[in-house]
Parts: sequence; structure tokens; C-alpha cells
Amino acid sequence: MTDLSRRKLIVTGLAATAGVSSLGVAAHLAQKYGLVPPDHGGIYGLGETLTYASQRLLTKHSLAREFPRSKISKPPLANEIAPPSDAFKHLQAGGFADWRLSVDGLVDRPASLSLAQLKSYPSRSQITMVQCEEGWSYIAEWIGVPLSHVLDVVGVQRQARYVVYFSIEPDWWESMDMVDALHPQTFLTYGMNGDELPVGNGGPLRMRVPRQLGYKSVKFLTHMTVTDSLKKFGKGLGSAAPEAGYAWYAGI
Amino acid sequence: MARSESAQVPVSAYVPSSVSAVPAATVTSRHSALVRVTHWITAVCFIALLVSGMEIVISHPRFYWGETGNVLTTPLFQIPIPSSRHLVQTGYGYVLPDQNGWSRYLHFQAAWLAVLTGLLYAVFGFVTGHFRKNLLPDRADLSWRGFWTSIASHLRFERPSEAEAWSYNVLQRISYLFVLFVLFPLIIWTGLAMSPAFVSAFPASVTLLGGQQSARTIHFFVSLALVLFLLVHVLMVCVAGFRSRMRAMITGRMITGQITRPAGTRRERT
Repeated sequence: MTDLSRRKLIVTGLAATAGVSSLGVAAHLAQKYGLVPPDHGGIYGLGETLTYASQRLLTKHSLAREFPRSKISKPPLANEIAPPSDAFKHLQAGGFADWRLSVDGLVDRPASLSLAQLKSYPSRSQITMVQCEEGWSYIAEWIGVPLSHVLDVVGVQRQARYVVYFSIEPDWWESMDMVDALHPQTFLTYGMNGDELPVGNGGPLRMRVPRQLGYKSVKFLTHMTVTDSLKKFGKGLGSAAPEAGYAWYAGI
Repeated sequence: MARSESAQVPVSAYVPSSVSAVPAATVTSRHSALVRVTHWITAVCFIALLVSGMEIVISHPRFYWGETGNVLTTPLFQIPIPSSRHLVQTGYGYVLPDQNGWSRYLHFQAAWLAVLTGLLYAVFGFVTGHFRKNLLPDRADLSWRGFWTSIASHLRFERPSEAEAWSYNVLQRISYLFVLFVLFPLIIWTGLAMSPAFVSAFPASVTLLGGQQSARTIHFFVSLALVLFLLVHVLMVCVAGFRSRMRAMITGRMITGQITRPAGTRRERT
């Protein structure tokens, strides 16, 4: 019996040591390959990291599902938004002619782009689903320029790891890793269902990240920054969502 | 593992309930350590998933069929409760506080723990023969007569026979197998089918279910089935002897010889 206990003890000890050291190695590798989300601290950090890491490994190049035109939701849902700020109303009064998207950070040629300039770039469209974290969803055709094209225009530097993007509305900003930023379906969207993008759906300019939930698709986009670290933005959790208690990564 | 398993449970644990070869008042191992640990981790995860899942449902207590659904489309059904969002017209005139942030964090954290625990249990169950020996019903019990006897004794809330303290009866085996190999896989599948990133890599996972909203609706009904299982499970534990069954699932030990003492003559010693 004592022999058995001793053997059990040794085996358990070895297994525990192996377990702890492999966890350490896994953590190191995860950090190196960008599999750790910025909101990895706190009690839910382990689950968040497992979700983000596994989905990154599984979905690096996968395309969001696209639908036939007949599947477009009629009428399209415009989710409730707070009353627009004075800054927005001022630009709206001018027909958004003075709307600008500024791009800076780790780029060779920082730019301030008008809607006309964005529309002069190759236009793409996709019929994809918007899914809200609450449970509802709708399908629409989204028209815009792939974010990767704009990033090419401004010349993203090698050390870039994230794109942080801001709405004209206060405290509304998000960020995504370069896998999503360079993904062919990530659009700077200015059109919807063959028409201009309505204000209720984020017009005149909305980010579309169709492999993540709706709250990553920030409305009324005015500013983007390319960065190698999310620590210097807000509370360092990656975006406004974790500051409000929501996960940074919204792939599920 | 195989060594300790065979040492714990005597052969008599697997005989049909008609045979009573158990000596009186002996302390015996009932559940292996792995079964007990995975049982309680799963129990804690299930409660966490249930509470957080209810909070998430409250933010949109409407259910749909097909790919899409929102407040502009006709729901399959709506749960008559207030919502935590202005968007949903519930008729209550007030909006509950938003709890989706921590609920979603907790839901996925608990899901990961439950899935990893389940994988460990599944490997253990196949390798040690736990499923085959303890959960697969005996051929002799798989008759309508056997079923009927078992159902009738359950409906009369009869205290189980001594042999059942060692083993699971046929209805128990079938329910456990159904939960383990039908409901658990289905709840994981329908959960993943709601993830836009997951379905981008595995589109068939959602199209086979009839769409993203169908997946959400099935997820809801499977969770109801699991809640029903939990309620019956706890009720049956109470009928069979709450203290002895809890002790068996916590310490692993079962004191036999006292279980079958007719109810009312003497309280079970613990």
C-alpha cells in the first residue's frame, strides 16, 4: 500500500510539474504568435485567451458566410443609437462633404481621406450577416473598400500589430488584430443594399468586420491608428468594449 | 487507472438487480475519483452556464427559425419577460439592467472548463471501460417488461434496491447516456454554430441546423432539456437517499447494508 502511495505521489508530482511547465511554454508561444487578447487579465482571462487563440488558429483565412441576394433582410434593421453629437449633426447638415477619415500611427504616409477619395478606390460588396451579441441578426449587402487596400495606400509598417478605430461619437472605439485588418471581407463601408449607407446603419462610414459580432463594426468612423501595442489606448484593454465589461474579441 | 478501478468495484456491482450478493454494512468504493471530480466540476459549470445563459436570453427573449431574426421579423415565440434592451417591445414598460458583458465572459469560461472536463471524462470512460461496464444497459434489462418495471417503481418513488446502490438501473443508464452522448454534443454544436468566426471555418455546422437563428433556438431547447434532467436527477437522488448518494459522489464511499432498511424504521446512520 505504501509502495503504491509513493508511486502515485511520484507520478502525480511528475504530471503536475509537466503540466505547469507546459502551461508556461504554451503561454510563451501564445504571446509570441499573437494569441493573447488584450483583456486577458482578470478572472475571465483564461476563457477569453482560449477562445481567441483557438479561433485565431482555426479561422485565420476563413471567409465569413456570404448569402444570395434573395436572403437580404427587408426592411434592414437599424439598431437604436444614441442621439448624434453636435459634431455629427454639423457634418450631416453639409451632406457629409467634409467627412474625413484620418489614418495615422505606424504608417509611412498618414492621410486624411474624404468619402469621395474612399469611393475612388476599388469598390467591393458582400452580402453578409450582422449578428448582435444580444441574439438578433440581419443580412445586408455591404459596399465599400477593403480595409487592406487603404492600409496599402498609407503604407503599414512591419511592426504593426493592431488597427485601432474610432467613431465620431465619444467613447466609441474598437481595435482588431492584423489578421482581421488584412482580411478580404473587412470593409470600410459607405454603401448598403445598392444605396448610400443610412445613418441608422452607421452612415456615412462604418467598419465591417463580418467574422465578429456587430459591436466590432463601429459606426460613424472618423479615425484609425495603426499600432504595435494597445496599452496606450484608454485603459489598455484594447477597446471601449472591455471597459464596459464586454469581451474585446467578439468571434463568438 | 485500470488497477484501481478493478480494485474498487466488485463484480457484484454489475449483476442484475434481482441478485443480492452484497454483505450487510460494508464500506465500499462506489465512484472513482475521476468520476467524482468531473461530476462536480460539470455541476458548477452547468449552474454558471445556466445563470449566464438566462441573462443573455433576457437581452433578446425572442426566438426565430432560419438564418436571421430581429424585432422587425415574426418570432417563432417570445418569452413573456421584461428585456434588458429598449429594442425589444415586451409590454412591461421598463428595461432591466444590462448584464450581457460578464454573462458572456462567464458563459464561455464555464463552457471551456466544461468541455475540457468532458473530454477528460470521455477519454477515461472509453479507456477504463466505464461507459461499457457502468452505463451501457445490460441486454437482459432491455425489454419492455424491464422498462415498465423500472418506470413503475420510479413513479411510485420507491426507494431503490440494494443492488442499485452499487450500480445504475436501466432508466438511469439510458438517461445518462442520452445526456452524455446526445444533449452535451448538441449543446456544444449549437453553441459553436452561433459563432460567426467558427462558422466561417465550418459553414456546414450552421447550415445543417437550418441557420444561425435555428441554432440559437435549438440551443435554448437543449438547455431546457438539460434543466429538466437536472431537476429529475436531484429529485431521484433525494428519493434514493440524499445523504448516502451525496456521500458516495463526494467521498466515493458507499455504506451498504443500511440502504435497504425499510423507510421509517430507523434513520440512516451517517
